[in-house]
Amino acid sequence: MDIDLLSNIFYAMVRCGTPLLLVALGELVCEKSGVLNLGQEGMMLFGAVMGFIIAFSTGNLWLGVLLAMFAGMLLSSLFALVALVFNANQVATGLALTIFGVGLSSFVGAAWVGKPLTGFEPVALPYLSEIPLIGRMLFAQDLLVYLSFVLFALVAWVTLQTRVGLIIQAVGENPDAASAMGLPVLAVRALAVLFGGAMAGLAGAYLSLAYTPMWAENMSAGRGWIALALVVFASWRVWRLLLGAYLFGLASILHLVAQGLGLAIPSSLLAMLPYVATIVVLVLLSRDKVRTRLYAPVSLGQPWQAGH
Amino acid sequence: MLLSLEPRGQQSSLMLWCSPLLAAALTLGSGSLLFIALGHDPLLTLHTLLVAPISDLYGLSEWLVKALPILLCALGLAVAYQARIWNIGAEGQLLLGALAGSVLAVNFIEVQSRWALFVILLAGTLAGAAWAGLTAWLRTRFNANEILTSIMLNYIALNLLLYCVHGPLKDPQGFNFPQSAMFGDASRLPLLMEDGRIHAGVYFALLALVAVWVLLHKSFVGFQIKVLGLDKRAAGFAGFREKRLVWLVLLVSGGLAGLAGACEVTGPIGQLVPQVSPGYGYAAITVAFLGRLNPVGILVSSLLMALLYIGGESAQMSLNLPQAITQLFQGMMLFFLLACDVLILYRPRLNLRRKRRALATAVQQQVGAL
Repeated sequence: MDIDLLSNIFYAMVRCGTPLLLVALGELVCEKSGVLNLGQEGMMLFGAVMGFIIAFSTGNLWLGVLLAMFAGMLLSSLFALVALVFNANQVATGLALTIFGVGLSSFVGAAWVGKPLTGFEPVALPYLSEIPLIGRMLFAQDLLVYLSFVLFALVAWVTLQTRVGLIIQAVGENPDAASAMGLPVLAVRALAVLFGGAMAGLAGAYLSLAYTPMWAENMSAGRGWIALALVVFASWRVWRLLLGAYLFGLASILHLVAQGLGLAIPSSLLAMLPYVATIVVLVLLSRDKVRTRLYAPVSLGQPWQAGH
Repeated sequence: MLLSLEPRGQQSSLMLWCSPLLAAALTLGSGSLLFIALGHDPLLTLHTLLVAPISDLYGLSEWLVKALPILLCALGLAVAYQARIWNIGAEGQLLLGALAGSVLAVNFIEVQSRWALFVILLAGTLAGAAWAGLTAWLRTRFNANEILTSIMLNYIALNLLLYCVHGPLKDPQGFNFPQSAMFGDASRLPLLMEDGRIHAGVYFALLALVAVWVLLHKSFVGFQIKVLGLDKRAAGFAGFREKRLVWLVLLVSGGLAGLAGACEVTGPIGQLVPQVSPGYGYAAITVAFLGRLNPVGILVSSLLMALLYIGGESAQMSLNLPQAITQLFQGMMLFFLLACDVLILYRPRLNLRRKRRALATAVQQQVGAL
């Protein structure tokens, strides 16, 4: 393989990993606060379709991005209402959110399938983008990818360095103790869920406005679910999330690699790779029960109510 | 808060069964609002969606044809969900069943014996069970979350199916369309009426219904499954073997989904096509919850879901509404159900008086402080 191909692969790896990174960052914060939201796929699709429709009708890509984040938050607020206020089972509610989101986005987007849109174009930073191998990967991406770098740094800083991060962690590890300390457990959890919704919406907008600027039914192709596995893969630690997202990005572009190596494998078989990789990763990381228990937020997925 | 939730202290068995009805009513209500917002007459639209498709004999037969795979999948899921094993993989298990059945069927085209059909259906069932068995193995051996693995296996199954219809199973005389050859007559499920597509799969569904009812409500294994679902530790103390139960529920639910898939290709479709299932496996999740994981409840809710499926098709044809309306209603219904379920354990309470009294006390205190 020559260096150009390698540089291309790195570039595509980051592009492919970005939507995963965005959703997974949102889900990480959500899970750290003790809430398991399986609705990522639905929120992502709704964000994608709303972002596309707004950007297409107004011609303003950033307005699309903003509305996509809002759309994700809207769906996540439904989740927060049912799972946190009504105390419904979080697994079932998350599934409902995904089924609802998939249906809603196909319904809303039926008239928009296949319409052409000029999405976010790559912006190469002068000099930096010419660094061999990693220049293109880090400094010749579109603006949403740069935004994902910023958001990653922000989430890493907040969860690792700030009081807010500690509050989220306290609420997720021991809601009773956190509540006794005077922390508003449900409010913190609701905000974390909303943040997750906004990130999923943003990831959807990335798909429909930058990655492949168009709308197609189910265009997220399971990325919301893969992101859930990524959080397990990362053992709820933010730096490993970054690594994981790009590794999965790499798994999804292996057809490029295969082409580079001159292999002819049917595309449907290669399309399985990210999903197979997800299972392999889950197996490798869940095998050790003690380890999973050590890293997972203690109250993850358990309903909680004040005064019980 | 004006409206607060007060614990009932026990389950309300009335609400347990009223909540699905309430959810269905709320779905229809918000659906009507949606139709009004889109400029359609709500009554006419609901009529097109829910009444018109089943107003003749052909429509009734189509209704049952659609209800069959959903019912089979949902019955299986109910067994798994009773044990709190979240099998989301009915879709993939159904596809695998269809695929395995088709692999045999395209080789049996010349076979005249009725055994061909039997072998095909058996293969489909086993393939579905094996696909779910993968999830069981990953869960019991490696402790991998069954939700994520079964979802991933759905995507893998779909790609496997696509690979087969574009590659090894493609009909050589099919003008390069991604579909298999039509199956031979001996490998098709017999039709039950002259001018409808309703087929002998109905018997399997009824059989499965009774079997699942006996398993869940009349057998010791069913009792073990429920205990495991309610409290894993209690099941352990009682000496029930968790791993064996996990295997069992997943094999049963995968097998039923696989049978559904095999029935689809040997019944109404007659060949393997990429769109074997318009999301039956996902619809079955909603159906299982809506039917309260109870076989009879599931029968009713699968008929409702099937009605949404054919209604979605007729709404698309006559009103030009997107067919996704089926999935939209499906999601709404599950959401409303979960929201209404709060009424099983809690009683809503209006706090008008208490709020006024609290306000009065606060004013008094302030006056006193002055």
